[in-house]
Amino acid sequence: MIKAKDINEQTPWEDLTPGGEIYEPGTAREFDTGTWRTDTPVFLADACKHCMLCVPFCPDSAIPVKDGKRLQFDFMHCKGCGICVEVCPFAAIKMVSGGEGA
Amino acid sequence: MSICLSGNEAVAFAMKQINPDVMGAFPITPSTEIPEYFAQYVANGEVNTEYVTVESEHSSMSVCIAAEAAGARSVCATSSCGLALMYEMLYVAASNRLPITLACVNRALSGPININNDHSDSMGARDAGWIQIYAENNQEAYDNFIMAMPVGENVRLPVMSCMDGFITSHAVENIELLETDAVREFVGEYKPENYLLKKENPLAVGPYDISAYYMEHKVQQAEAMKAAKARLLVVAAQFEKFSGRRYGLFEEYRMEDAELAVVLIGSSAGTAKAAVDGLREKGVRAGLIKVRVFRPFPGEELAKALSKVKAAAVMDKSEGFSANGGPLFAETRSALYDLKERPYLIDIVYGLGGRDLKTEDVEKIFARLAEVAVTGKTGDVYSHMGQRRRSQHESGL
Repeated sequence: MIKAKDINEQTPWEDLTPGGEIYEPGTAREFDTGTWRTDTPVFLADACKHCMLCVPFCPDSAIPVKDGKRLQFDFMHCKGCGICVEVCPFAAIKMVSGGEGA
Repeated sequence: MSICLSGNEAVAFAMKQINPDVMGAFPITPSTEIPEYFAQYVANGEVNTEYVTVESEHSSMSVCIAAEAAGARSVCATSSCGLALMYEMLYVAASNRLPITLACVNRALSGPININNDHSDSMGARDAGWIQIYAENNQEAYDNFIMAMPVGENVRLPVMSCMDGFITSHAVENIELLETDAVREFVGEYKPENYLLKKENPLAVGPYDISAYYMEHKVQQAEAMKAAKARLLVVAAQFEKFSGRRYGLFEEYRMEDAELAVVLIGSSAGTAKAAVDGLREKGVRAGLIKVRVFRPFPGEELAKALSKVKAAAVMDKSEGFSANGGPLFAETRSALYDLKERPYLIDIVYGLGGRDLKTEDVEKIFARLAEVAVTGKTGDVYSHMGQRRRSQHESGL
Protein backbone atom coordinates (compact mmCIF):
# COMPACT_ATOMS: atom_id res chain seq x y z
CA MET A 1 0.00 0.00 0.00
CA ILE A 2 1.56 3.24 -1.16
CA LYS A 3 2.31 5.88 1.49
CA ALA A 4 1.68 9.59 0.99
CA LYS A 5 5.39 10.36 1.34
CA ASP A 6 6.09 8.11 -1.64
CA ILE A 7 3.70 10.09 -3.86
CA ASN A 8 4.90 13.30 -5.46
CA GLU A 9 4.42 15.43 -8.55
CA GLN A 10 6.53 13.01 -10.60
CA THR A 11 4.39 9.94 -9.76
CA PRO A 12 2.77 8.45 -12.91
CA TRP A 13 -1.01 8.05 -13.01
CA GLU A 14 -0.74 4.27 -12.80
CA ASP A 15 0.89 4.52 -9.37
CA LEU A 16 -1.49 7.02 -7.78
CA THR A 17 -4.24 5.74 -5.48
CA PRO A 18 -7.80 5.52 -6.90
CA GLY A 19 -9.53 8.87 -6.47
CA GLY A 20 -6.54 10.16 -4.52
CA GLU A 21 -7.36 8.12 -1.42
CA ILE A 22 -4.83 8.45 1.39
CA TYR A 23 -4.21 5.31 3.43
CA GLU A 24 -2.83 6.88 6.60
CA PRO A 25 -3.70 9.70 9.00
CA GLY A 26 -1.83 12.91 9.76
CA THR A 27 -0.23 13.39 6.37
CA ALA A 28 -0.50 17.20 6.71
CA ARG A 29 2.70 16.93 8.77
CA GLU A 30 4.64 16.04 5.66
CA PHE A 31 3.71 19.15 3.72
CA ASP A 32 5.32 22.58 3.99
CA THR A 33 2.22 24.74 4.11
CA GLY A 34 4.09 27.52 5.92
CA THR A 35 4.95 28.89 2.48
CA TRP A 36 1.34 30.20 2.27
CA ARG A 37 2.18 32.76 5.03
CA THR A 38 2.25 36.48 4.24
CA ASP A 39 2.51 37.69 7.86
CA THR A 40 4.58 36.02 10.53
CA PRO A 41 4.16 35.84 14.31
CA VAL A 42 7.20 36.59 16.47
CA PHE A 43 7.45 34.80 19.82
CA LEU A 44 8.66 37.14 22.59
CA ALA A 45 9.88 34.53 25.07
CA ASP A 46 10.66 37.03 27.84
CA ALA A 47 7.04 38.20 28.03
CA CYS A 48 5.51 34.71 27.83
CA LYS A 49 4.00 33.26 31.04
CA HIS A 50 3.28 29.89 29.36
CA CYS A 51 -0.43 30.18 30.08
CA MET A 52 -0.98 27.99 26.98
CA LEU A 53 -3.97 29.98 25.75
CA CYS A 54 -2.43 30.37 22.30
CA VAL A 55 -1.93 26.63 21.83
CA PRO A 56 -5.56 25.45 21.49
CA PHE A 57 -6.50 28.58 19.53
CA CYS A 58 -3.94 27.88 16.80
CA PRO A 59 -5.94 26.42 13.86
CA ASP A 60 -2.86 24.67 12.48
CA SER A 61 -1.45 23.07 15.66
CA ALA A 62 1.68 25.09 14.91
CA ILE A 63 2.63 25.92 18.52
CA PRO A 64 4.58 22.98 19.97
CA VAL A 65 4.58 22.36 23.73
CA LYS A 66 7.24 20.50 25.70
CA ASP A 67 7.48 20.01 29.47
CA GLY A 68 4.77 22.58 30.17
CA LYS A 69 6.45 25.28 28.07
CA ARG A 70 5.42 26.50 24.66
CA LEU A 71 8.26 26.50 22.16
CA GLN A 72 9.04 28.48 19.01
CA PHE A 73 6.35 28.35 16.27
CA ASP A 74 6.33 25.47 13.84
CA PHE A 75 6.87 27.65 10.78
CA MET A 76 6.44 24.73 8.41
CA HIS A 77 2.71 24.81 9.26
CA CYS A 78 1.98 28.32 10.63
CA LYS A 79 -0.18 30.26 8.12
CA GLY A 80 0.33 33.60 9.88
CA CYS A 81 -3.37 34.08 10.72
CA GLY A 82 -2.52 36.08 13.86
CA ILE A 83 -5.15 34.50 16.14
CA CYS A 84 -2.43 33.78 18.71
CA VAL A 85 -1.59 37.47 18.87
CA GLU A 86 -5.24 38.34 19.56
CA VAL A 87 -5.67 35.79 22.35
CA CYS A 88 -2.31 36.31 24.13
CA PRO A 89 -3.02 38.14 27.45
CA PHE A 90 0.64 39.15 27.90
CA ALA A 91 1.57 40.69 24.53
CA ALA A 92 4.13 37.91 24.13
CA ILE A 93 3.48 37.52 20.38
CA LYS A 94 3.64 40.21 17.70
CA MET A 95 2.99 40.06 13.97
CA VAL A 96 5.44 41.25 11.38
CA SER A 97 4.83 41.66 7.69
CA GLY A 98 6.18 39.05 5.26
CA GLY A 99 6.25 35.29 5.17
CA GLU A 100 9.84 34.99 6.32
CA GLY A 101 9.45 37.05 9.50
CA ALA A 102 11.53 40.00 10.60
CA MET B 1 -40.34 -18.17 -10.96
CA SER B 2 -42.74 -16.30 -13.24
CA ILE B 3 -44.50 -13.36 -11.65
CA CYS B 4 -46.42 -10.24 -12.63
CA LEU B 5 -44.59 -7.08 -11.53
CA SER B 6 -44.21 -3.43 -12.48
CA GLY B 7 -40.74 -2.23 -13.39
CA ASN B 8 -40.41 -0.36 -10.11
CA GLU B 9 -41.47 -3.40 -8.11
CA ALA B 10 -39.10 -5.61 -10.09
CA VAL B 11 -36.17 -3.33 -9.23
CA ALA B 12 -37.24 -3.03 -5.60
CA PHE B 13 -37.44 -6.84 -5.51
CA ALA B 14 -33.94 -7.10 -6.96
CA MET B 15 -32.77 -4.76 -4.21
CA LYS B 16 -34.46 -6.96 -1.61
CA GLN B 17 -32.75 -10.04 -2.97
CA ILE B 18 -29.38 -8.27 -2.89
CA ASN B 19 -30.04 -6.94 0.63
CA PRO B 20 -27.78 -3.89 0.40
CA ASP B 21 -26.29 -2.29 3.52
CA VAL B 22 -27.68 1.21 3.00
CA MET B 23 -30.40 2.93 0.98
CA GLY B 24 -30.53 6.69 0.62
CA ALA B 25 -34.27 7.24 0.15
CA PHE B 26 -36.11 10.21 -1.30
CA PRO B 27 -39.26 10.09 -3.43
CA ILE B 28 -39.80 11.55 -6.88
CA THR B 29 -42.21 10.50 -9.62
CA PRO B 30 -41.94 7.99 -11.26
CA SER B 31 -39.25 6.31 -9.13
CA THR B 32 -41.11 6.84 -5.81
CA GLU B 33 -42.40 3.28 -5.66
CA ILE B 34 -38.89 1.85 -5.41
CA PRO B 35 -38.13 3.34 -1.97
CA GLU B 36 -41.81 2.73 -1.04
CA TYR B 37 -41.65 -0.99 -1.75
CA PHE B 38 -38.24 -1.16 -0.14
CA ALA B 39 -39.54 0.56 3.01
CA GLN B 40 -42.02 -2.31 3.35
CA TYR B 41 -39.21 -4.85 3.12
CA VAL B 42 -37.34 -2.94 5.84
CA ALA B 43 -40.45 -2.69 8.05
CA ASN B 44 -41.16 -6.41 7.58
CA GLY B 45 -37.60 -7.32 8.53
CA GLU B 46 -37.04 -8.94 5.14
CA VAL B 47 -33.78 -7.01 4.69
CA ASN B 48 -31.33 -5.58 7.17
CA THR B 49 -30.63 -2.46 5.16
CA GLU B 50 -30.10 0.85 6.93
CA TYR B 51 -32.91 2.88 5.34
CA VAL B 52 -31.98 6.56 5.53
CA THR B 53 -34.75 9.04 4.76
CA VAL B 54 -33.42 12.46 3.82
CA GLU B 55 -34.69 15.87 2.74
CA SER B 56 -33.43 15.94 -0.87
CA GLU B 57 -31.76 13.92 -3.60
CA HIS B 58 -28.53 15.81 -3.02
CA SER B 59 -28.65 14.23 0.41
CA SER B 60 -29.76 10.77 -0.66
CA MET B 61 -26.73 10.57 -2.94
CA SER B 62 -24.55 12.04 -0.17
CA VAL B 63 -25.76 9.27 2.15
CA CYS B 64 -24.78 6.69 -0.45
CA ILE B 65 -21.36 8.29 -0.96
CA ALA B 66 -20.57 8.36 2.76
CA ALA B 67 -21.88 4.83 3.30
CA GLU B 68 -20.06 3.37 0.32
CA ALA B 69 -16.82 5.04 1.45
CA ALA B 70 -17.38 3.54 4.88
CA GLY B 71 -17.49 0.10 3.27
CA ALA B 72 -21.27 -0.35 2.97
CA ARG B 73 -22.97 -1.35 -0.26
CA SER B 74 -25.40 1.47 -1.07
CA VAL B 75 -28.38 1.88 -3.38
CA CYS B 76 -30.60 4.75 -4.38
CA ALA B 77 -33.43 5.53 -6.78
CA THR B 78 -34.44 8.73 -8.49
CA SER B 79 -35.83 10.44 -11.59
CA SER B 80 -35.66 13.68 -13.50
CA CYS B 81 -35.16 16.76 -11.29
CA GLY B 82 -34.06 14.46 -8.49
CA LEU B 83 -31.15 13.27 -10.60
CA ALA B 84 -30.45 16.88 -11.51
CA LEU B 85 -30.33 17.83 -7.83
CA MET B 86 -27.80 15.01 -7.32
CA TYR B 87 -25.65 16.34 -10.12
CA GLU B 88 -22.74 17.57 -7.99
CA MET B 89 -22.74 14.40 -5.91
CA LEU B 90 -22.84 12.16 -8.99
CA TYR B 91 -19.42 13.50 -9.89
CA VAL B 92 -18.18 13.09 -6.32
CA ALA B 93 -19.32 9.45 -6.26
CA ALA B 94 -17.62 8.67 -9.56
CA SER B 95 -14.38 10.54 -8.91
CA ASN B 96 -14.03 9.06 -5.43
CA ARG B 97 -14.48 5.72 -7.22
CA LEU B 98 -17.42 4.62 -5.09
CA PRO B 99 -19.46 1.88 -6.82
CA ILE B 100 -22.96 2.98 -5.75
CA THR B 101 -25.92 1.55 -7.67
CA LEU B 102 -28.66 3.99 -8.67
CA ALA B 103 -32.00 3.01 -10.19
CA CYS B 104 -32.76 5.87 -12.56
CA VAL B 105 -36.37 5.87 -13.71
CA ASN B 106 -36.12 8.13 -16.74
CA ARG B 107 -38.39 11.16 -16.82
CA ALA B 108 -38.26 14.45 -18.68
CA LEU B 109 -36.45 17.29 -17.01
CA SER B 110 -38.19 20.59 -16.32
CA GLY B 111 -39.20 22.83 -17.80
CA PRO B 112 -41.94 23.11 -18.51
CA ILE B 113 -42.54 20.63 -15.72
CA ASN B 114 -43.51 17.21 -17.03
CA ILE B 115 -43.59 13.86 -15.29
CA ASN B 116 -43.51 11.57 -18.33
CA ASN B 117 -40.74 9.66 -19.96
CA ASP B 118 -37.80 10.73 -22.01
CA HIS B 119 -34.06 10.40 -21.44
CA SER B 120 -33.16 14.01 -20.77
CA ASP B 121 -32.39 13.35 -17.09
CA SER B 122 -29.78 10.60 -17.45
CA MET B 123 -28.43 11.98 -20.74
CA GLY B 124 -27.70 15.21 -18.89
CA ALA B 125 -25.60 13.16 -16.46
CA ARG B 126 -23.85 11.16 -19.17
CA ASP B 127 -20.48 12.83 -18.53
CA ALA B 128 -20.59 12.37 -14.75
CA GLY B 129 -18.46 9.22 -14.85
CA TRP B 130 -21.22 6.72 -14.14
CA ILE B 131 -21.72 3.49 -16.04
CA GLN B 132 -25.17 3.75 -17.67
CA ILE B 133 -27.25 0.69 -18.52
CA TYR B 134 -30.72 1.03 -20.07
CA ALA B 135 -33.58 -1.47 -19.93
CA GLU B 136 -36.18 -2.11 -22.60
CA ASN B 137 -38.72 -3.78 -20.30
CA ASN B 138 -39.38 -4.97 -16.74
CA GLN B 139 -37.32 -8.12 -17.14
CA GLU B 140 -34.30 -6.15 -18.26
CA ALA B 141 -34.77 -3.59 -15.49
CA TYR B 142 -34.63 -6.45 -12.98
CA ASP B 143 -31.72 -8.24 -14.66
CA ASN B 144 -29.67 -5.08 -15.22
CA PHE B 145 -29.94 -4.10 -11.58
CA ILE B 146 -28.63 -7.51 -10.51
CA MET B 147 -25.71 -7.24 -12.93
CA ALA B 148 -24.85 -3.67 -11.87
CA MET B 149 -22.87 -4.38 -8.71
CA PRO B 150 -20.57 -7.12 -10.06
CA VAL B 151 -19.65 -4.62 -12.78
CA GLY B 152 -19.35 -1.39 -10.78
CA GLU B 153 -17.59 -2.88 -7.75
CA ASN B 154 -15.02 -4.57 -9.99
CA VAL B 155 -13.93 -1.41 -11.80
CA ARG B 156 -14.80 0.93 -8.92
CA LEU B 157 -17.32 3.05 -10.79
CA PRO B 158 -20.93 3.80 -9.85
CA VAL B 159 -23.70 2.37 -12.01
CA MET B 160 -26.92 4.00 -13.15
CA SER B 161 -29.45 1.31 -14.05
CA CYS B 162 -32.10 3.06 -16.13
CA MET B 163 -35.63 2.24 -17.22
CA ASP B 164 -38.33 4.32 -18.88
CA GLY B 165 -40.64 6.14 -16.49
CA PHE B 166 -44.25 4.87 -16.44
CA ILE B 167 -43.84 2.87 -19.68
CA THR B 168 -41.56 0.43 -17.86
CA SER B 169 -41.72 1.54 -14.23
CA HIS B 170 -45.51 1.36 -13.88
CA ALA B 171 -46.58 -1.12 -16.54
CA VAL B 172 -47.09 -4.62 -15.16
CA GLU B 173 -45.53 -7.51 -17.07
CA ASN B 174 -44.80 -11.15 -16.51
CA ILE B 175 -41.14 -11.54 -15.65
CA GLU B 176 -38.88 -14.33 -14.49
CA LEU B 177 -37.42 -13.85 -11.04
CA LEU B 178 -34.24 -15.59 -9.96
CA GLU B 179 -33.84 -17.46 -6.70
CA THR B 180 -32.67 -15.17 -3.91
CA ASP B 181 -29.81 -17.49 -2.94
CA ALA B 182 -28.60 -17.53 -6.53
CA VAL B 183 -28.81 -13.73 -6.74
CA ARG B 184 -26.83 -13.33 -3.51
CA GLU B 185 -24.20 -15.76 -4.70
CA PHE B 186 -23.97 -13.97 -8.04
CA VAL B 187 -23.74 -10.48 -6.58
CA GLY B 188 -21.54 -11.59 -3.69
CA GLU B 189 -20.36 -9.56 -0.72
CA TYR B 190 -19.08 -6.02 -1.11
CA LYS B 191 -15.44 -6.30 -0.09
CA PRO B 192 -13.52 -3.10 -0.81
CA GLU B 193 -9.81 -3.28 -0.08
CA ASN B 194 -9.90 -0.02 1.86
CA TYR B 195 -12.84 1.65 3.58
CA LEU B 196 -13.41 4.22 6.30
CA LEU B 197 -14.47 1.68 8.96
CA LYS B 198 -11.32 -0.43 8.52
CA LYS B 199 -9.77 0.32 11.86
CA GLU B 200 -6.32 -1.10 11.10
CA ASN B 201 -5.89 1.41 8.34
CA PRO B 202 -7.22 4.98 8.63
CA LEU B 203 -8.33 6.29 5.25
CA ALA B 204 -8.96 9.73 3.80
CA VAL B 205 -11.48 9.87 0.94
CA GLY B 206 -11.84 12.78 -1.45
CA PRO B 207 -8.87 14.98 -0.53
CA TYR B 208 -8.24 18.22 -2.38
CA ASP B 209 -6.57 17.47 -5.70
CA ILE B 210 -4.20 20.14 -6.96
CA SER B 211 -3.46 20.49 -10.66
CA ALA B 212 -0.33 18.37 -10.27
CA TYR B 213 -2.57 15.34 -9.51
CA TYR B 214 -6.07 15.98 -10.89
CA MET B 215 -5.27 15.05 -14.47
CA GLU B 216 -3.76 11.72 -13.38
CA HIS B 217 -6.89 10.88 -11.39
CA LYS B 218 -9.09 11.70 -14.40
CA VAL B 219 -6.98 9.37 -16.54
CA GLN B 220 -7.53 6.64 -13.93
CA GLN B 221 -11.29 7.23 -14.17
CA ALA B 222 -11.19 7.16 -17.96
CA GLU B 223 -9.22 3.89 -17.90
CA ALA B 224 -11.73 2.39 -15.44
CA MET B 225 -14.57 3.31 -17.80
CA LYS B 226 -12.74 1.64 -20.68
CA ALA B 227 -12.17 -1.46 -18.53
CA ALA B 228 -15.87 -1.50 -17.65
CA LYS B 229 -16.72 -2.55 -21.21
CA ALA B 230 -14.95 -5.90 -20.90
CA ARG B 231 -16.27 -6.36 -17.38
CA LEU B 232 -19.85 -5.79 -18.52
CA LEU B 233 -19.46 -8.62 -21.01
CA VAL B 234 -17.86 -10.96 -18.44
CA VAL B 235 -20.69 -10.32 -15.99
CA ALA B 236 -23.30 -10.74 -18.75
CA ALA B 237 -21.78 -14.12 -19.66
CA GLN B 238 -21.85 -15.23 -16.01
CA PHE B 239 -25.43 -14.00 -15.73
CA GLU B 240 -26.47 -15.95 -18.80
CA LYS B 241 -25.09 -19.15 -17.26
CA PHE B 242 -27.46 -19.07 -14.32
CA SER B 243 -30.39 -17.12 -15.74
CA GLY B 244 -30.44 -18.30 -19.34
CA ARG B 245 -30.88 -14.69 -20.47
CA ARG B 246 -28.30 -13.15 -22.79
CA TYR B 247 -27.13 -9.55 -22.69
CA GLY B 248 -24.52 -7.57 -24.58
CA LEU B 249 -23.46 -3.95 -24.87
CA PHE B 250 -26.35 -3.58 -27.31
CA GLU B 251 -28.95 -5.86 -28.83
CA GLU B 252 -29.00 -6.51 -32.57
CA TYR B 253 -32.48 -7.32 -33.79
CA ARG B 254 -32.79 -8.80 -37.31
CA MET B 255 -29.51 -7.13 -38.25
CA GLU B 256 -27.90 -10.13 -40.07
CA ASP B 257 -28.77 -8.90 -43.56
CA ALA B 258 -30.30 -5.52 -42.69
CA GLU B 259 -29.94 -2.68 -45.20
CA LEU B 260 -31.87 -0.15 -43.13
CA ALA B 261 -31.64 0.19 -39.37
CA VAL B 262 -32.72 2.26 -36.42
CA VAL B 263 -30.55 2.78 -33.34
CA LEU B 264 -32.37 3.59 -30.12
CA ILE B 265 -32.48 3.17 -26.36
CA GLY B 266 -35.07 1.75 -23.97
CA SER B 267 -38.73 0.79 -24.19
CA SER B 268 -39.23 2.19 -27.71
CA ALA B 269 -37.35 -0.91 -28.88
CA GLY B 270 -40.49 -2.98 -28.28
CA THR B 271 -42.53 -0.77 -30.60
CA ALA B 272 -39.74 -0.56 -33.15
CA LYS B 273 -39.21 -4.35 -33.17
CA ALA B 274 -42.90 -4.80 -34.01
CA ALA B 275 -42.45 -2.32 -36.87
CA VAL B 276 -39.32 -4.15 -38.04
CA ASP B 277 -41.21 -7.47 -38.03
CA GLY B 278 -44.00 -5.93 -40.09
CA LEU B 279 -41.57 -4.49 -42.61
CA ARG B 280 -39.70 -7.78 -42.87
CA GLU B 281 -42.95 -9.48 -43.84
CA LYS B 282 -43.21 -6.98 -46.69
CA GLY B 283 -39.69 -7.79 -47.79
CA VAL B 284 -37.94 -4.72 -46.36
CA ARG B 285 -34.55 -5.61 -44.96
CA ALA B 286 -35.07 -3.67 -41.75
CA GLY B 287 -33.13 -4.10 -38.52
CA LEU B 288 -32.74 -2.52 -35.11
CA ILE B 289 -29.99 -1.86 -32.62
CA LYS B 290 -30.99 -1.24 -29.06
CA VAL B 291 -28.16 0.36 -27.11
CA ARG B 292 -28.12 -1.18 -23.64
CA VAL B 293 -24.87 0.30 -22.37
CA PHE B 294 -24.46 4.01 -23.13
CA ARG B 295 -21.51 4.54 -20.78
CA PRO B 296 -19.00 3.15 -21.60
CA PHE B 297 -20.15 3.78 -25.17
CA PRO B 298 -19.63 0.69 -27.38
CA GLY B 299 -18.32 2.74 -30.32
CA GLU B 300 -16.20 0.16 -32.13
CA GLU B 301 -18.76 -2.60 -31.69
CA LEU B 302 -21.59 -0.37 -32.89
CA ALA B 303 -19.61 0.74 -35.94
CA LYS B 304 -19.05 -2.90 -36.84
CA ALA B 305 -22.72 -3.73 -36.40
CA LEU B 306 -23.74 -0.83 -38.67
CA SER B 307 -20.96 -1.28 -41.22
CA LYS B 308 -23.08 -3.29 -43.70
CA VAL B 309 -26.15 -1.08 -43.45
CA LYS B 310 -26.97 1.37 -46.26
CA ALA B 311 -28.89 3.91 -44.17
CA ALA B 312 -29.59 4.20 -40.47
CA ALA B 313 -31.60 6.49 -38.22
CA VAL B 314 -30.52 7.23 -34.68
CA MET B 315 -33.55 7.85 -32.50
CA ASP B 316 -32.82 10.22 -29.64
CA LYS B 317 -35.28 10.40 -26.76
CA SER B 318 -33.64 13.56 -25.43
CA GLU B 319 -32.92 16.83 -27.13
CA GLY B 320 -29.49 17.95 -26.01
CA PHE B 321 -29.84 21.36 -27.67
CA SER B 322 -26.53 21.07 -29.46
CA ALA B 323 -28.27 22.25 -32.65
CA ASN B 324 -26.41 19.33 -34.20
CA GLY B 325 -28.46 16.31 -33.08
CA GLY B 326 -29.11 14.40 -29.87
CA PRO B 327 -26.50 12.68 -27.68
CA LEU B 328 -26.99 9.16 -29.06
CA PHE B 329 -26.60 10.55 -32.58
CA ALA B 330 -23.40 12.40 -31.67
CA GLU B 331 -21.87 9.23 -30.23
CA THR B 332 -23.05 6.99 -33.05
CA ARG B 333 -21.93 9.29 -35.84
CA SER B 334 -18.55 9.70 -34.15
CA ALA B 335 -18.22 5.91 -33.86
CA LEU B 336 -18.93 5.47 -37.59
CA TYR B 337 -16.24 7.93 -38.66
CA ASP B 338 -13.51 5.27 -38.64
CA LEU B 339 -15.38 2.99 -41.06
CA LYS B 340 -14.07 2.98 -44.61
CA GLU B 341 -17.62 2.80 -45.95
CA ARG B 342 -20.18 4.42 -43.76
CA PRO B 343 -23.96 4.16 -43.88
CA TYR B 344 -25.99 7.32 -44.42
CA LEU B 345 -27.02 8.50 -40.97
CA ILE B 346 -29.87 10.70 -39.79
CA ASP B 347 -31.09 11.69 -36.35
CA ILE B 348 -34.71 11.69 -35.25
CA VAL B 349 -35.48 13.29 -31.91
CA TYR B 350 -38.76 11.80 -30.67
CA GLY B 351 -40.86 10.97 -27.63
CA LEU B 352 -39.98 14.00 -25.50
CA GLY B 353 -41.98 14.40 -22.30
CA GLY B 354 -43.96 11.23 -22.92
CA ARG B 355 -44.95 11.89 -26.56
CA ASP B 356 -46.05 8.50 -27.81
CA LEU B 357 -44.17 6.50 -30.43
CA LYS B 358 -46.28 4.23 -32.64
CA THR B 359 -45.27 1.47 -35.02
CA GLU B 360 -46.47 3.73 -37.86
CA ASP B 361 -43.94 6.35 -36.76
CA VAL B 362 -41.13 3.82 -36.98
CA GLU B 363 -42.42 2.68 -40.38
CA LYS B 364 -42.24 6.30 -41.55
CA ILE B 365 -38.62 6.45 -40.46
CA PHE B 366 -37.83 3.28 -42.40
CA ALA B 367 -39.63 4.70 -45.45
CA ARG B 368 -37.42 7.73 -45.26
CA LEU B 369 -34.33 5.55 -44.81
CA ALA B 370 -35.30 3.56 -47.93
CA GLU B 371 -35.41 6.81 -49.88
CA VAL B 372 -32.07 7.95 -48.44
CA ALA B 373 -30.49 4.60 -49.34
CA VAL B 374 -31.64 4.92 -52.96
CA THR B 375 -31.03 8.64 -53.56
CA GLY B 376 -28.04 9.14 -51.29
CA LYS B 377 -29.66 12.38 -50.12
CA THR B 378 -30.16 12.57 -46.36
CA GLY B 379 -32.09 15.86 -46.39
CA ASP B 380 -32.40 17.25 -42.87
CA VAL B 381 -29.87 15.13 -41.00
CA TYR B 382 -31.29 16.22 -37.67
CA SER B 383 -35.04 16.55 -37.22
CA HIS B 384 -37.86 15.99 -34.74
CA MET B 385 -40.89 13.76 -35.10
CA GLY B 386 -44.26 13.64 -33.42
CA GLN B 387 -44.70 17.40 -32.91
CA ARG B 388 -47.63 19.27 -34.41
CA ARG B 389 -46.78 21.65 -37.21
CA ARG B 390 -48.52 24.16 -39.44
CA SER B 391 -47.70 22.40 -42.65
CA GLN B 392 -47.56 18.68 -43.19
CA HIS B 393 -45.41 19.39 -46.24
CA GLU B 394 -42.33 20.63 -44.44
CA SER B 395 -39.17 18.65 -44.84
CA GLY B 396 -38.33 15.81 -42.52
CA LEU B 397 -40.82 13.66 -40.68
